[in-house]
Amino acid sequence: MSAVAESTRTGTPPATPPDDSALARAGAWARRAPLLPALIFMIIITQLPFLVTLGISFMNWNAYYPDEIGFNGLDNYRRVLTDANTRSAIVVTVILTVSVVLISLILGLLIALLLDRQFRGRGVVRTMMITPFLIVPVAAALLWKHALLNPEYGLFNGVLRWVGNLFGQNWPQPDWISQAPLWAIIAALVWQWTPFMMLILLAGLQSRPLDVVEAAKIDGATSWQIFWNMTFPHLRQYIELSALLGSVYVVQNFDAVFVITAGGLGTANLPYVIYQLFYTAHEYGRASAAGVIVVIATIIIATFALRTVSTLFREETR
Amino acid sequence: MSAIASATTPGTQQAQRIQHRKKPRSAIILSGTAWVVGILFVLPVLWMVLTSFHSEPDAAKNPPALFAPLSVEGYKTFFDSGPWPPLLNSLTASVLSTVLVLLLAFPAAYALSIKPVKKWTDVLFFFLSTKMLPVVAGLLPLYLFAQAVNVLDNIWYLLILYTSMNLPIVVWMLRSFLAEVPVEMLEAAQLDGAGLIRTLRSIIAPVVLPGIAAAALISFIFSWKELLFARVLTGTAAQTAPVFLTGFVTSQGLFLAKVSAASLVVSLPVLIAGFAAQDKLVQGLSLGAVR
Repeated sequence: MSAVAESTRTGTPPATPPDDSALARAGAWARRAPLLPALIFMIIITQLPFLVTLGISFMNWNAYYPDEIGFNGLDNYRRVLTDANTRSAIVVTVILTVSVVLISLILGLLIALLLDRQFRGRGVVRTMMITPFLIVPVAAALLWKHALLNPEYGLFNGVLRWVGNLFGQNWPQPDWISQAPLWAIIAALVWQWTPFMMLILLAGLQSRPLDVVEAAKIDGATSWQIFWNMTFPHLRQYIELSALLGSVYVVQNFDAVFVITAGGLGTANLPYVIYQLFYTAHEYGRASAAGVIVVIATIIIATFALRTVSTLFREETR
Repeated sequence: MSAIASATTPGTQQAQRIQHRKKPRSAIILSGTAWVVGILFVLPVLWMVLTSFHSEPDAAKNPPALFAPLSVEGYKTFFDSGPWPPLLNSLTASVLSTVLVLLLAFPAAYALSIKPVKKWTDVLFFFLSTKMLPVVAGLLPLYLFAQAVNVLDNIWYLLILYTSMNLPIVVWMLRSFLAEVPVEMLEAAQLDGAGLIRTLRSIIAPVVLPGIAAAALISFIFSWKELLFARVLTGTAAQTAPVFLTGFVTSQGLFLAKVSAASLVVSLPVLIAGFAAQDKLVQGLSLGAVR
């Protein structure tokens, strides 16, 4: 694999001599041809709509008032950033993303460390761990909302009552979703995203050069020393990658908020507010401005994500 | 690897004996913890399976009725509620978009690995960056366009958007698989005068086919799971399974068993595809960055 990358990195192959320009150009186009359909497709479907969004974000455009459509400069941005609803959505998005990514990253790391050992049934445990990620997000949200967190017949309160009964107590039966709506969403998302983190970190752990670890062990390094000085530095870029990719996905989360609280109880995040602004309120201008804000936030995360991917990529193709 | 490998001094016999005695115990604790954590994570799903096979009154018992008689009532209610059109829509959108993804991605990956264009890394990173653009960034124009050309509530339109959603991941995955084709073999084939088709069939295909299968499964999974596009761009005719699922909890009264049954049926294709692609899942999730 590295051999291919090596030969490709140097650019123009011997087949196309640099002097014969017409032939070289034809050769270059023959090389580009297979790439073009995918490239053009992606530009049309992803880049063009975003440019349109950018344009609409500077317009006063509500589908209910077609006569008032017009340019209004930064007004949408001003309203998005001053309106209580959208401001709360920005805060919720940050809280949701940071807590889901942090918690599932830490859990994922601990579980990856547990699974990075030989033991009986390791494959089974790995498969069990992946399962939450393979439940359709809407189904997972329904599962948490109704089967686990429902105050009357959810599993959580069921177990509380059952254990309480064992001790002859009658423990309170909290209404999880109305008492801690944001935490209910965070819990459901952590359950789904921990496997994601765990898989990437486990792959990172298993790509670490074991002979060096063995040597360190023979030299008498403690397991903490090995973890801190060898495993962790190696794992760092995998941690970064999973955190950044996780953030890119969780920032966009719509399903859990839509199903568990329908944006109520102060849990509406930016994607949900944008959905409401444009789908229910038909405030196209403001929805677009909010969309552009999400894109800016994502670009900041994505720049770091792309840098990490490119580091890993260069190592891999070296 | 185990926590005990700490014993520093190349010790006396006693120290070694202690090490031997202690090692298994900590190993058992760690393995046991791994099992407990795994079971905790899968428990909600198992609970959903059990609930889906209970009658509605039993499903709503508190404390939970673990050993209540089994029933397929929930599944019956679900299948009587007209789930086939949405399920078929999801199948169409996921399978056909995956085919389209492969048709577009394979030539592109070829031009980024076997016979690379100039600045191929830049192109590769362009693909990746489109994956980072949030759905909400283009949702409104895509909606307005669909409205203008009358393709709202049309599964073909959704299918094309799913293609754009998965194309970057699959290009990245396929590129990394194609890069594994030994360059010597390609040169040897060229010397033998093998044409493109023969090279593809006899040299490239054996190396990349398993990868293509995994990439296809991952593309299928992401399309099947998608909600926001489907919710905004489809109505009744092109409704997909996840959208159908969001509208399933409308009735009054007890519904836990049938919602569990519905959730499981809708998740089943993803579970099957995911377990089938388990080994390559990491690569798909990390956009091909981690193997």
